[in-house]
Amino acid sequence: MSQTGTVGDKVFRVILFITAAIILLIVAVMIFMMVLNSMPTIRQFGFGFLTGREWKPALSEFGALPFIYGTIVSSLIALIISVPISLGIAIFLVEQAPKKIATPIAFMVELLAAIPSVVYGLWGIFVLAPFVRNYLGVFLENYLGWLPLFQGRLTGIGMLTGGIILALMITPIITAVVRDVFEAVPTTQREAALALGATKWETTQIVLGNASSGIAGAVVLGLGRALGETMAVTMVIGNSPQISASLFEPAYTIASVLAANFAEATDRLYLSALIEIGLVLFLVTFVVNALAKLLILSVTRGRASAKHT
Amino acid sequence: MSTKYSSGKKIIFVFLIFTVVCGLACSQQPIGQSNNLTGSSGSGTVSLLGKGASFPDPIYKKWVSEYGKVNPNIRIDYQSVGSGAGQKALLDKTADFGASDEAMSDEDLKKGDGEILHIPTVLGAVVITYNLADVKEPLKLSAETISDIYLGNIKKWNDERIKKDNPNLTLPDTDILPVYRADSSGTSAVFTDFLSKTVPAWKEKVGANKQPSWITGVGTGAPRNDGVMGQVKQTPNSIGYVELTFAKANNLPTAQIKNKAGNFVEASLEGVSAAAASSVGQMPEDLRVQITNAEGENAYPIASYTYILVYKNQPDAGKGKTLADFLWWAIHDGEKFTKDLHYAPLPTEIVKKAEAKINSMTAGGKPLRQ
Repeated sequence: MSQTGTVGDKVFRVILFITAAIILLIVAVMIFMMVLNSMPTIRQFGFGFLTGREWKPALSEFGALPFIYGTIVSSLIALIISVPISLGIAIFLVEQAPKKIATPIAFMVELLAAIPSVVYGLWGIFVLAPFVRNYLGVFLENYLGWLPLFQGRLTGIGMLTGGIILALMITPIITAVVRDVFEAVPTTQREAALALGATKWETTQIVLGNASSGIAGAVVLGLGRALGETMAVTMVIGNSPQISASLFEPAYTIASVLAANFAEATDRLYLSALIEIGLVLFLVTFVVNALAKLLILSVTRGRASAKHT
Repeated sequence: MSTKYSSGKKIIFVFLIFTVVCGLACSQQPIGQSNNLTGSSGSGTVSLLGKGASFPDPIYKKWVSEYGKVNPNIRIDYQSVGSGAGQKALLDKTADFGASDEAMSDEDLKKGDGEILHIPTVLGAVVITYNLADVKEPLKLSAETISDIYLGNIKKWNDERIKKDNPNLTLPDTDILPVYRADSSGTSAVFTDFLSKTVPAWKEKVGANKQPSWITGVGTGAPRNDGVMGQVKQTPNSIGYVELTFAKANNLPTAQIKNKAGNFVEASLEGVSAAAASSVGQMPEDLRVQITNAEGENAYPIASYTYILVYKNQPDAGKGKTLADFLWWAIHDGEKFTKDLHYAPLPTEIVKKAEAKINSMTAGGKPLRQ
């Protein structure tokens, strides 16, 4: 009997190993194919592809910097807006709200996560862009206009609107994950804190500390979606490959340029440039995710040790 | 106990086999599909697949459905994937026919597996639309003005160069926001071809292309016709360009454009037909032509043919015959649907030339139509 048991375990282990290996294999094959197919531009432009600022397919000039900039900045704006809101919603749902209110709100959050991105995009053009142009942008210009971030032509279409749309799209994801993480924190901890005379705020701080690695995971997940989001951003960001300090100016993201042009790229060099920029998105996502994880881990480690002392 | 283990193993093995089979099936699916696509059809239902421009998509869909009513055993699918993708599909043989707003370049024609024919089907136009709340009469624009707006030389609506052509309009002292197509498109190709032909500075700085080199910092890009329309509709003081069919269907305000004869012409089917009629004489033997900035008092200057692309020598006689018959029907009976869908029909002389092209189609050396 024990023999059959070991055989079963072996089979089990092999299967698990295969499933894990599939992920590695997929990533390896993807990178290999992308590198292979982007060889023409890698050879022709080399490192200049990453630092070039001109993107003119008709003249075979390919520089990806404006796209890298647009992708990272729009995702950062999204995180800056979204993370505090998501944490707020999750804390409210788990720590404060009575069940009667929490359930419908949680349901709405999950509903938001299921809306297709093109719907967000249309809503962005017809509602958000006019709102940014007529109210939010004017407000920022009046009170924070001394910052180069909020100067320039205010058309409602641009980096800021793109970032806000992304924030709206990743908020439900971050909220849902953070909520699950909070719920996983044992109730006994809260009860212990409260019994020791801690206020609600202090109790929440303890829960936050214990859930920090889960929160990190949620933020990275949201960031991943923001970096790769295509349709909604394309419709409001203005799609102009430029690097401007102003958040009112149009920008362009990697995912947008891929979506808009991949089907029509018939020229070999152009196709190669698009594949290489896809490879760049891959690397950007990887690097940004790694940095985010490191940053959050270092913060949480500090907190954990501080708590022990 | 032992039965429990063996059943567990069974489940695992079934799972393994399932994964392998599924993997094989998935990997084979596209091959199977492509076999269906290019394989011989024999008797019974004949199906054709076309891919290409989005601009003629409404009328091609109409044709396919009307033709299907007359010939119930023929099934034609048209996928609007874009002009460039349509050309590529024909070259890669992933479609039975391609469709494109732009004629193929000499270089691309050489990549084909045999001679490629351009069959013109209908005509369309690109219109300039704008968002100016207080301007009720149509704006008048010349090629130079449009070019200067998109080059960033004219920044305000009340610029002298715009006012000169519109003495009766009160134009606001606001920044112009030009909107262009962010994706590669036949609409951009026609629009920039017109400006390249008429304005040397445009030709030098931006050029004529499906995806031209837009001046960085001037204007914003939007995906597809609906994206451009959405941005223009939602952004006061903006200007953009879309297809005529699209503008008519959505009741957009359109500018009158100065043509070669010096008249400001409204974007209309009559104007497009006039442009086609006046350029009939310049039609080359292979029918590849751009008719922007055409001669004629009433010619609308940003007009263009759209083409169906086919191989002259068809690989399959049955399918080739079906395709040739469909094309013949399209340029004769099909033309009567043009008006309702805001396309201009082919001039009679061009129908004659297209007939000759369709009659020259062969399969295995034998002509497909007598």
